[in-house]
Amino acid sequence: MSSVGDDKQTPVGDGVPGAGDAPVPAAGQAASTGTEAGAARDGGFAELRAQLREWRAAIDRVLPPWWSRGLAIALIVIGIVLPFFFSVDSGFMNATIIAVAYAVMALGLNIVVGFAGLLDLGYVAFYALGAYSLGWFGSGFFYKAHIHVLVSPVAGTLPGIHLNFLLVLLAAALICAFAGMIIGLPTLRLRGDYIAIVTLAFGEIIGVVAVNGQSVHLSGGETLTAGNLGISAVDPPYFPGIGLFNELNLRPWYWLILGVMLLVLFVNLRLRDSRLGRAWIALREDEVAAVSMGIPVVRTKLMAYSIGAAFGGMSGAFFGTYFTVVNAEQFQFGFSIFILAMVIIGGLGSIWGAVAGGLLLGYINYYLIPDVLNSLPSKLGLNFQLTEIEFGIYGFLLVMMMILRPQGLIPERRRRLELTAKVSVSSTDAELAEPSSFRTTGVEE
Amino acid sequence: MEAGSLTPRTPVIAVRPLAAIRRYVGRWGLIVALAILPIYYGVRDLTHGYAAGVVAGHPVIHHDLTQLGFNFAVGISNGAIWALIAIGYTLVYGIIELINFAHGDVFMIGSFTAVGLWGTFGIGLSTGTAGVIGGLLGTLVVTMIVCGVLNVLIERVAYRPLRSAPKLAPLITAVGFSFILQNVGLLWRGGSPQSVNDLTRQGDTVFHIFGVPIVRGYLMALAVMIPLVFLLGRFISATRMGRAMRATAQDPEAARLMGINVNLTISLTFLLGGALAGAAGLVYALYNTNIWYFQGFKAGLIAFTAAVMGGIGNVRGAVLGGLIIGVIQALADSRMGPQWTEAVVFGYLIMIMVLRPRGLLGEETREAG
Repeated sequence: MSSVGDDKQTPVGDGVPGAGDAPVPAAGQAASTGTEAGAARDGGFAELRAQLREWRAAIDRVLPPWWSRGLAIALIVIGIVLPFFFSVDSGFMNATIIAVAYAVMALGLNIVVGFAGLLDLGYVAFYALGAYSLGWFGSGFFYKAHIHVLVSPVAGTLPGIHLNFLLVLLAAALICAFAGMIIGLPTLRLRGDYIAIVTLAFGEIIGVVAVNGQSVHLSGGETLTAGNLGISAVDPPYFPGIGLFNELNLRPWYWLILGVMLLVLFVNLRLRDSRLGRAWIALREDEVAAVSMGIPVVRTKLMAYSIGAAFGGMSGAFFGTYFTVVNAEQFQFGFSIFILAMVIIGGLGSIWGAVAGGLLLGYINYYLIPDVLNSLPSKLGLNFQLTEIEFGIYGFLLVMMMILRPQGLIPERRRRLELTAKVSVSSTDAELAEPSSFRTTGVEE
Repeated sequence: MEAGSLTPRTPVIAVRPLAAIRRYVGRWGLIVALAILPIYYGVRDLTHGYAAGVVAGHPVIHHDLTQLGFNFAVGISNGAIWALIAIGYTLVYGIIELINFAHGDVFMIGSFTAVGLWGTFGIGLSTGTAGVIGGLLGTLVVTMIVCGVLNVLIERVAYRPLRSAPKLAPLITAVGFSFILQNVGLLWRGGSPQSVNDLTRQGDTVFHIFGVPIVRGYLMALAVMIPLVFLLGRFISATRMGRAMRATAQDPEAARLMGINVNLTISLTFLLGGALAGAAGLVYALYNTNIWYFQGFKAGLIAFTAAVMGGIGNVRGAVLGGLIIGVIQALADSRMGPQWTEAVVFGYLIMIMVLRPRGLLGEETREAG
């Protein structure tokens, strides 16, 4: 595959070639990359798959070597000017803002699950902590305090702690990084499924504390959270120059979260290629080998937890201010799975995959299901709304994705290599059940 | 121990500084942590007393252990339900090392099926005793079959294609199926809890032990759990297929070489686990007289905690863990308020992971070593 060679030259290479074949129909995509499960199933598509691979190689030959970087820049430019094509308060812009914020979360979770291979099922904890950071430091919740730092003239007169949104973001990131480290500590000795369970337990505990926080009294007589009533009247962000943040003007919200996403994306890309990123991947691939090569396992794992958590917290703080309320009901286990579904659908460990998965599920959740397809069951004569079963739909997507295309929409370069290389090299541990189909996918050159 | 154990033994290699302290904490830490709650509340009841009721406007303060005994009675009977579910987790984990996240929701479908079957069999509040017992036995059998088959189908669709994939993959499909089943339940009976007929009049007191009233619900839960667990234990230890299950759990590859049909054995494991979850579903509906689509998620997590506490892969451990978690839950419910129960149970789960990942009766495993 010549595309692999191209990837090595460009830092952003892992995703963009994948984005390039987006126009290929879905069925073709599923068949275009050989996987163990896929190979066992649709051995009959081998010819089609070879054909697709040939076309893709031809496309790669025609394009100049900088095309993937160019595409990335073009996408970013399109992202920046996007709001000018829609009205300031359109439903689509609303969905886009939420989808981008989800992408930030997916990028954070991707560090933990994708890079470091630590399955985190309690990511909602960081959404909660991020949102509460906003509730605590950007509203009148602690009404006895009078602290104002760089806030709008309106908020400057109100009681409570009011920090500028950037400071809130910073606070959310720090709080979540710390919490991520705490959550990581008991999992250090564990592996695999056990980590999933411990993180899940932490997520649930944070959820319970959020709901019952009304009965937790702090020293000043104030409560920890406002429970299911929610902390309302949180400050909108205040940045003079890009417009007023309110429900009727969504553009500044969009630019704000886009900026956050680009920052997180940049940090992600740099982290992946850093020493730390390589350590994460080494730990994911083989912990024993990585440790014996001198990778400090405790520090590396805790860094994964805390950095991943920090991004989740930033996105959570944004959600808090965007939804104008921090309500304990939002912090359900389903949310963790929703974010995990983004990472998996995008491709575990793939940065561009996490962005794509976040945007895709964000749009599905906030645009496609409620606005476009919601009445579909009733048109078919069924007595329910599609929004009721959205989590069933995500569950179905997860199952389908895992069975048909486990590497995700935009697979990570390393994982793609692994999947193809493994098939061609290992005849020993390949499944004995379907040897013929393995051979056909195994022959690469 | 051998009879109920599905996890292979692996040698323990632990030479670290402070190894002695670590071993000590590993051996006793969890047991101490488990004993803290009942001892604390027992002592508090004796010294401070508790309000046992109100007579003529004044609270009656008792200084005895009756309330603690009451907590234990509730906890053990509730724990019987968790034990039945936990066995499903432990069997499946023992044989393919997968946390079957959908298991709790199979239990929920069991409750829904059972309640649906009452209507089909025509048993209601006006049915006579013999009719209720016969109908419930029929319901039990059909529910167990339905849930067992459902579990087998889930395995066939979602786990078997991924058997050679990375371990994350089947875990994710399990979570996916959990959500699918939850939404099936949501569409089946709506989004809010529904109360169902109290067919067994589970709140009627049968007799007292040391002043603790024992109601029908407690006896019913144990009357379903104990024979089923006994039969399962016999099946695993004494039959040919049970031996095949143990062999597959130890080493699937070697089992296959010995002529065991591994896929069939795994399906059988899922069938057994699902059937027990179905039984638990019926008992839950009778005991709590209340069902809703989200019950499976919570029950699944609690039962999983129980399975881990007992030592995953170990059937007896699952039963023990179920009963212990039931008691913890009952204590938390009545002493701290039900809204904190979940946090307490999960706190214990984390404590198990820190103090003794192999559980009370379990051996060291690769994952938790």
